[in-house]
Amino acid sequence: MLPLIYAVCTSFKPLDELLIFPPRFFVRRPTLGNYLILPDLMSSLKVPLSRYIFNSLFISAVSTFFYILIATMAAFVLSKAKFKGRNLLFWVVQFSLMFNAYTLGIPRYLIFSKMHIIDTYWVSILPHIASTLGVFLAKQYIEGYIPNALLEAAKIDGASHYRVFWSIVMPVIKPAWLTLMLFAFRDIWAEVPNGTIFSEQLKTLPQIVTQITAGGTARAGSSMAVTVIMMIPPIIVFLISQSNVVEAMSSAGIKE
Amino acid sequence: MLANKYSRPKSRRKNAPEGSFREQLPMFVMISPFVLFFLIFTVIPIISSICLSFTSYDMISSPSFVGLDNYRRLITSDAVFPVTVKNTVVFAVVAGPLGFLLAFVLAWLVNEFTAKKRALLSFMFYAPALVGNTYFIWQVAFSGDSYGYINSLLLSLGIITEPIVWLKNATYLMPIIIVVQLWQSMGVSFLANISGLQNVSRDLYEAGAIDGIRNRWQELRYITLPSMSNMLLFSAVMQIQSSFSVSLIAITLAGYPSKSNAVDTIVSLMQDMATVRYELGYASAIAVVLFIMMVTTRLIVGKALSTVQK
Repeated sequence: MLPLIYAVCTSFKPLDELLIFPPRFFVRRPTLGNYLILPDLMSSLKVPLSRYIFNSLFISAVSTFFYILIATMAAFVLSKAKFKGRNLLFWVVQFSLMFNAYTLGIPRYLIFSKMHIIDTYWVSILPHIASTLGVFLAKQYIEGYIPNALLEAAKIDGASHYRVFWSIVMPVIKPAWLTLMLFAFRDIWAEVPNGTIFSEQLKTLPQIVTQITAGGTARAGSSMAVTVIMMIPPIIVFLISQSNVVEAMSSAGIKE
Repeated sequence: MLANKYSRPKSRRKNAPEGSFREQLPMFVMISPFVLFFLIFTVIPIISSICLSFTSYDMISSPSFVGLDNYRRLITSDAVFPVTVKNTVVFAVVAGPLGFLLAFVLAWLVNEFTAKKRALLSFMFYAPALVGNTYFIWQVAFSGDSYGYINSLLLSLGIITEPIVWLKNATYLMPIIIVVQLWQSMGVSFLANISGLQNVSRDLYEAGAIDGIRNRWQELRYITLPSMSNMLLFSAVMQIQSSFSVSLIAITLAGYPSKSNAVDTIVSLMQDMATVRYELGYASAIAVVLFIMMVTTRLIVGKALSTVQK
């Protein structure tokens, strides 16, 4: 927790306090200066700030939605359907988590360019929506907490697979997908596209933050200020997600 | 055995009208988006990376096949590689299990509180992961001059008389990076455990109380742990993944190469090869070796976990 409090404190420090010796943890004379100069720093941008905010929110929201939907559907099938190669597929999913993503950049870039999605919203959305982590977590959850008897009962009542998934599986695994919502949003929100977005109209907030923090010591205060602003949306998503996880708990009661 | 009595029935359903294509079609529909994007953005890049590991590739001219040369060079003539393997294994052996245990114990403790306190506590434990790249703050804390928070604190308490150059001292580096890594990586497993604990049916606890569970330890051992086995496997895999992949934190705090290579990891070496030296074939070979190490660990841990659950 301390480093976070430190970030918040620093963002309110006036310049002389930032450079004071010995350094103080807490702020003495808080100032909004670091925040107030942000519009000035931003005014040199070619596109209004609201556009970056929109891009960030749009990409994060759309990707998170499909991330959860695709991962939970796949997890449901992987844990409850019977087909050849199911175990194989699951092992491939698990092992792919272990391959360090670092060397995958170049092959992925080639695929993006083959698909002609470089410099579009697609390149910021599509790579996120098939999440192995999401499938893995949701599958472990479904297998652990959804008894087959429950699904069979629904089937006898004539529910289709889609209906079983949507009205039985999704409510029971609510704590899992709320948690996934948080993971997905956090990662996608902070993502800085690597050579795949060039148009100023398509850039997101993290890219602007990088530009500001590159300003060095003189901008130490304002770069803390943007860091603090960047923390707010993930924290909001955290609060939504975790307060609902707790709520889900008090209502969930599966009898076996 | 109590454990068997309370663990969920594992039997697979047998009587459902399986098999007909019509019946199974929705299942294929539901899994296909994942399989499609998983193949395009994960499996194909991994396969091409494995193929690249048998080539020499500098990103300018096209890759040329060199057989096992990259692997031979890695194992026989790279002086840094054995050191990075050692460091990576130390991280994996110390930070991995520690993070796994912490994530479970903290989740279990937090779960005992009322809803509001629980939300606050989980926020505290998850906050580091939530705000992502703030570990540069540790740089200020461990700064080597007397401006650094740790130094100025120790100086003012009179414990030390000279500032310690924390991040340039091979003895201190490893523990520091392990602490920061734990701080940063525990959150995912912690929240997964929290969400898992929400669905441990309370009937089980009641039934357990009737059947003579006397204390919290027995409850933990015979009810909570068996019901959590799936989440524990998830959390173990995530810890393997993160503790074998330490690098960003080490590079940010200690630089690359760090003092006496004290905290250089396999991933740091790989990143150096890929982004500074443009030896992509070689970097891919490193990735493959790391992958094999992690998969092996995963298999061993899986075995260990399944024996614990019995």
